[in-house]
Amino acid sequence: TRTRESLNSGIDSVLALTREVDTATLDELEAVLITSDIGVDTAQEIIATLRQRALREGIDGGPELKRLLKLELLKILNSVRSPVARAATPPEVIMMVGVNGTGKTTTSGKLAALFRAQHRTALLCAADTFRAAAIEQLEVWAQRSGVDIVKTKQGGDPSAALYDALNAGKARKVDVVIIDTAGRLHTKSGLMTELDKMRRTAAKVIPDAPHQTFLVMDATTGQNGMQQARLFTEAAQVTGIVLTKLDGTAKGGIVIAIARELGLPVVYCGIGEKMEDLIAFDADAFVDSLLGD
Amino acid sequence: MFENLQEKLQRAFKNLRGQGTITEENITEALVEIRLALLESDVNLNVVGTLIEHVREKALGTQVATALSPTEQVIKIVHDELVEILGRDTARFKFASQPPTVILMAGLQGSGKTTTSGKLAAWLKKGGHRPMLVSVDVYRPAARQQLEIVAKSISAQIYLGDLKGEPAGTPLVERLAREAKREAANFGCDVLIVDTAGRLGIDQPLMDEMASLKKLLNPSEILFVADAMTGQDAVNSADAFHKQLGITGVVLTKMDGDARGGAALSIRNVTGAPVKFIGTGEKPDAFEAFHPDRIVSRIMGMGDVATLLERA
Ligand SMILES: Nc1nc2c(ncn2[C@@H]2O[C@H](COP(=O)(O)OP(=O)(O)OP(=O)(O)O)[C@@H](O)[C@H]2O)c(=O)[nH]1
Ligand SMILES: Nc1nc2c(ncn2[C@@H]2O[C@H](COP(=O)(O)OP(=O)(O)OP(=O)(O)O)[C@@H](O)[C@H]2O)c(=O)[nH]1
Ligand SMILES: [Mg+2]
Ligand SMILES: [Mg+2]
Repeated sequence: TRTRESLNSGIDSVLALTREVDTATLDELEAVLITSDIGVDTAQEIIATLRQRALREGIDGGPELKRLLKLELLKILNSVRSPVARAATPPEVIMMVGVNGTGKTTTSGKLAALFRAQHRTALLCAADTFRAAAIEQLEVWAQRSGVDIVKTKQGGDPSAALYDALNAGKARKVDVVIIDTAGRLHTKSGLMTELDKMRRTAAKVIPDAPHQTFLVMDATTGQNGMQQARLFTEAAQVTGIVLTKLDGTAKGGIVIAIARELGLPVVYCGIGEKMEDLIAFDADAFVDSLLGD
Repeated sequence: MFENLQEKLQRAFKNLRGQGTITEENITEALVEIRLALLESDVNLNVVGTLIEHVREKALGTQVATALSPTEQVIKIVHDELVEILGRDTARFKFASQPPTVILMAGLQGSGKTTTSGKLAAWLKKGGHRPMLVSVDVYRPAARQQLEIVAKSISAQIYLGDLKGEPAGTPLVERLAREAKREAANFGCDVLIVDTAGRLGIDQPLMDEMASLKKLLNPSEILFVADAMTGQDAVNSADAFHKQLGITGVVLTKMDGDARGGAALSIRNVTGAPVKFIGTGEKPDAFEAFHPDRIVSRIMGMGDVATLLERA
């Protein structure tokens, strides 16, 4: 892509100019990290570690320095909690949460299609009863991915929709139930409590449900992403992140800061608006793109 | 979560000799804190760099009112600089000499275009206008239904049009837009708000579609709707939309959260287009005119800076 090239040429030209570990080079690498939204604190700490390691190992060449940086970033991304194992007895219940407009509904639809492709049966639950046409939107995705949907009417109780969906999932013996919830800002305590109520409802129908709770985060998110991750984890016990809109120019570096502080793994990436535009997270490719390789 | 910038600056000045005045030495430490605060607020790195240099020059070059401590002096300089970038002009709307005035909504996926279209219509209605809404988002599932429901909830006119089984694509988008403009004129609506599909600045076919909509509709306003939680990438998307469309204003949405909204500064800096409104909730009335003072205090992570500095 265009940005990839421009970023890349940015780093390479910087690195080509220096033949030793000098402050200017490290500053430029720090700038690359900061513009990826990794956060200043995290960027500075990573660069400090990099500097020490480079000095210890006597590294002075640009490409070598970049390789070391990549290893540092991978170390952080690989130090996270491993994604939760599948439920012992189906259905496995997956709940999608996040702030407004990040891609929860779209990702629910894509996930349903992904599971179908893996020959697992899925059921969608329209538990966003608040936003205009949210239910209709998920209905289109149910149709596209060829899975059933359980819904109530707009303005209804999301927990009631959830209750119906989980019972239907049990009765129909589906493998996975995917619950789309309304977007909510993590600062709104009333709405965060609603999530907790939904979780308790789920656990009443199926022990240990929801088994997975995905925080859907937009790759354009800046430093606010950290607070989103903290508060959604507190209120809804997030087990992993889906990082969407990586097909744009944003790098999504905040997930590195989140991995470092909260140990949350990125599980999937959204790379477009079509059904097949959801891929398993690949730390190596992610870091390459972040560094412009 | 963030330490107050004022406290940080006070520390910077306390640690150094010559605390009574601003010197080359102590301003440098203060600027490190300011740089940090701005980056934590998502102001773009390059924008921060330029800003810091301006602040340094001003701080060293001018002797501001003596009633202020060095900390306060620096805060005032930063505050004024940020307000200067954001511009003092608040929401002003351009209306066409020949109605209907067309307002084109543009932005990335999920930024809040559809919700804001409804809010704008409600705001215009309150101001005595007769707005008509139309959605030319033929791509996203249920996007047009969403605007229909929003329009109904605020009792605003909407042109639904008939897709007639035509495939989603630029010809259909153009047809709906053309019909809506005619319909607005026929209905005596003086403003037409055109909600468009979310798109990436690097998606050339969809950006071309936007350009052709502009040509077709001759809009008085092209509003770039941006999410207040946006980070460093704000400059890239804003720049792409501005270069290809020439945006006339910005709406910053989701300001009811705790994002600092530094993206406002980045967007203004690369496009020169003023922020005209902010979105403060999901409901149609959660919509306010933009006040640079307030967001500057927020970006700086401080309470009401203007009040603090009133004795200046
Ligand atoms: N380019 C791109 N767009 C995406 C991606 N994922 C979702 N979108 C788009 O982002 C917009 C918002 O997606 P939704 O799925 O409606 O988001 P949501 O989180 O359900 O939104 P709310 O329910 O309103 O909070 C839509 O226009 C989607 O098509 C992605 O990976 N890439
Ligand atoms: N809290 C809050 N939510 C908002 C605000 N503005 C919009 N939203 C929410 O953000 C989400 C996305 O809003 P939309 O209006 O659908 O965004 P869009 O830009 O039209 O999305 P696409 O058409 O898919 O590109 C919805 O959940 C809205 O309710 C705001 O100011 N505050
Ligand atoms: Mg949704
Ligand atoms: Mg929309």
